Amino acid sequence: MSNIKLAWKNLTNKPLNMMLSLVLFALGVGMISMIFLIENQVQEKFDKNLAGISLVIGAKGSPLQMILCNMYHVDDPTGNVKIKDVKPFLSGRNPLIDKAIPLSLGDSYKGFRIVGTTQDYPELYDVKPKEGKVWENNFEANIGADVAKIANLKIGDTFYSTHGFLSDGMNGHEHGQFKVVGIFQKSNSVIDQLILTTTQSIWEVHANHDEPETTETTETTETIDTTKEETDNHDGHDHATDDGHDHDHDHDHDHDHDHSAPQKPLIEEVDQEITSILIKFKESSKKSFQALTMLRGINENTEVMAASPAIELNRLYDNMSLGESFLRNLAMIIVLVSGLSIFISLFSSLRDRKYELALMRVMGATPTKLFFLIILEGLLLAVIGYVIGIILSHLGMSVFAGQMEDKYHYSFTATKFLKEEFYLLGGALFIGFVAAVIPAYQAFRTDISQTLTES
Amino acid sequence: MLQTKNLKFSYDGKTFLDFPDINCQRGEQWLLLGQSGSGKTTLLHLLGGLRKPKQGEILIDGKNTGQLSSTALDQFRGKNIGIVFQKPYFVRALTVEENLMLAQELAGQDVDRDYIYKLLNQLNVGHKFKSRTDNLSEGEKQRVSIARALVNRPTVILADEPTSALDDKNCHEVIKLLETQSKEANATLLIVTHDGRLKELIKNQIEL
Repeated sequence: MSNIKLAWKNLTNKPLNMMLSLVLFALGVGMISMIFLIENQVQEKFDKNLAGISLVIGAKGSPLQMILCNMYHVDDPTGNVKIKDVKPFLSGRNPLIDKAIPLSLGDSYKGFRIVGTTQDYPELYDVKPKEGKVWENNFEANIGADVAKIANLKIGDTFYSTHGFLSDGMNGHEHGQFKVVGIFQKSNSVIDQLILTTTQSIWEVHANHDEPETTETTETTETIDTTKEETDNHDGHDHATDDGHDHDHDHDHDHDHDHSAPQKPLIEEVDQEITSILIKFKESSKKSFQALTMLRGINENTEVMAASPAIELNRLYDNMSLGESFLRNLAMIIVLVSGLSIFISLFSSLRDRKYELALMRVMGATPTKLFFLIILEGLLLAVIGYVIGIILSHLGMSVFAGQMEDKYHYSFTATKFLKEEFYLLGGALFIGFVAAVIPAYQAFRTDISQTLTES
Repeated sequence: MLQTKNLKFSYDGKTFLDFPDINCQRGEQWLLLGQSGSGKTTLLHLLGGLRKPKQGEILIDGKNTGQLSSTALDQFRGKNIGIVFQKPYFVRALTVEENLMLAQELAGQDVDRDYIYKLLNQLNVGHKFKSRTDNLSEGEKQRVSIARALVNRPTVILADEPTSALDDKNCHEVIKLLETQSKEANATLLIVTHDGRLKELIKNQIEL
């Protein structure tokens, strides 16, 4: 019978003692591992989505909120900025700027954000369509891989956007009709979760609803009445300033937009609004003095706000690490207590087993053999506790991933294993060993004759 | 063969226990008689190699066990000396069968299942080989510990008060078993006891 088998039999002979140690140990290991997993995946998501963006420019407000909203699509926009206020960045004449990508947010479909932007945006993440083509005209849309899967959309399908970001459409109403012309490959970037279209499409959708007086945009659209049944949906909306167009006419625009190329270059629509601009500096000017001072210059001298993703993320990590280190310390304490519990359970079981140990010596076992037997019991407990803990943390992660997916349309994975978890095994073994070392030494020192005479 | 010469032992280094010389041939049965406190158990532990003597020699099959290193003594003890204790001890997490297997393994022997079953059957506990030792009756426990003492085919079997907790009927039976088994294994049997009932059963006697 191997020492391992004997150790295992000794442990399972007292299942309740073993259980207590195991539960504590698994809890501690599970917590630490889960913290690792979440931290790693959140950081990976954030870092991957940095995509070389140096600055985000948008409406004044919380810089972190602006970054989260425009780069990670997890928070609400800080507001909108007029094209005329940000024209210098979009013009392409700034020698520092490699790319300036406008984003217009505010609408969604089944909880997936619709982003009005340019074709530079997916290129930033190096994402290309897996099927179909890149959008060109208004109301053509490209969808991310996850959108296609979850919302079950295919090339050629049409859908209506909803105002706001909520999937239940509570504070929204259905408006613009979009047509899927391309589906992006899976990239594990934020693109997976987005629906991309032209900036002008977003303007047009909102022009029809929010500013009925800008009728020149609707002038260009066809009026084929194909969706009469939708009429009721829009009765509640304010089209009171109807300037000569009949009511039905307005609706027809909503649902059957002209899929034509945008009329004017974006930059000339000076009174239109966008949510933000993502700025990527030229590689050569990235570290230049002008680039480094641009952030401050914008914030001090203009009506818009600029924020650096790197700075804001570091600030966010700092805040996170506070709660994280608290949790980690708590988990450490739990692991230490469980180490103590292993120690106590081995120690007290040795008192019951001292005759057994003496007997094993009589039968020919050396003191060293007994020492390693007890050490092995401690290690075995630690390893089993570790395995249960890792299983728990990955189960927990799959629950967390589901929640994140529902709430933010961000996908996390429960099946990824980290090298930190491997190091954790080393820590677990160390604690198992330390907890067992005193009882093992006692077993080592068993005086056969004395022990057997005591009875 | 079990021999001692000028054997002395002391717990505190001042007062010494003096033991008479013993000379038991292979296959013989002996009784070591003495009152409580006369040093019976101490002598048994010395003979069994559980303690080392302060003076004198213990020869088992011609080997002076007092001069063995502690690891060598552990090995020697496991292989050549079978001990039946007053109270039957077992590794409680293991079954009867596993306890006997463990005894063979710890002595560095190969596991011999057939011999284990044969012994258990001869001792009338063959049907208990899968039982936990906690679930055995006192008589069964005593028999299993006799089986364990024999399982490595030792040259010396030492028994410490094996009958003190047993009634007359069981007492006779256990002595009978020890006798026949040690004869069959051609081992020297030495029973340490203060139980007067045994005087009539075994003729070779040493008084302390």
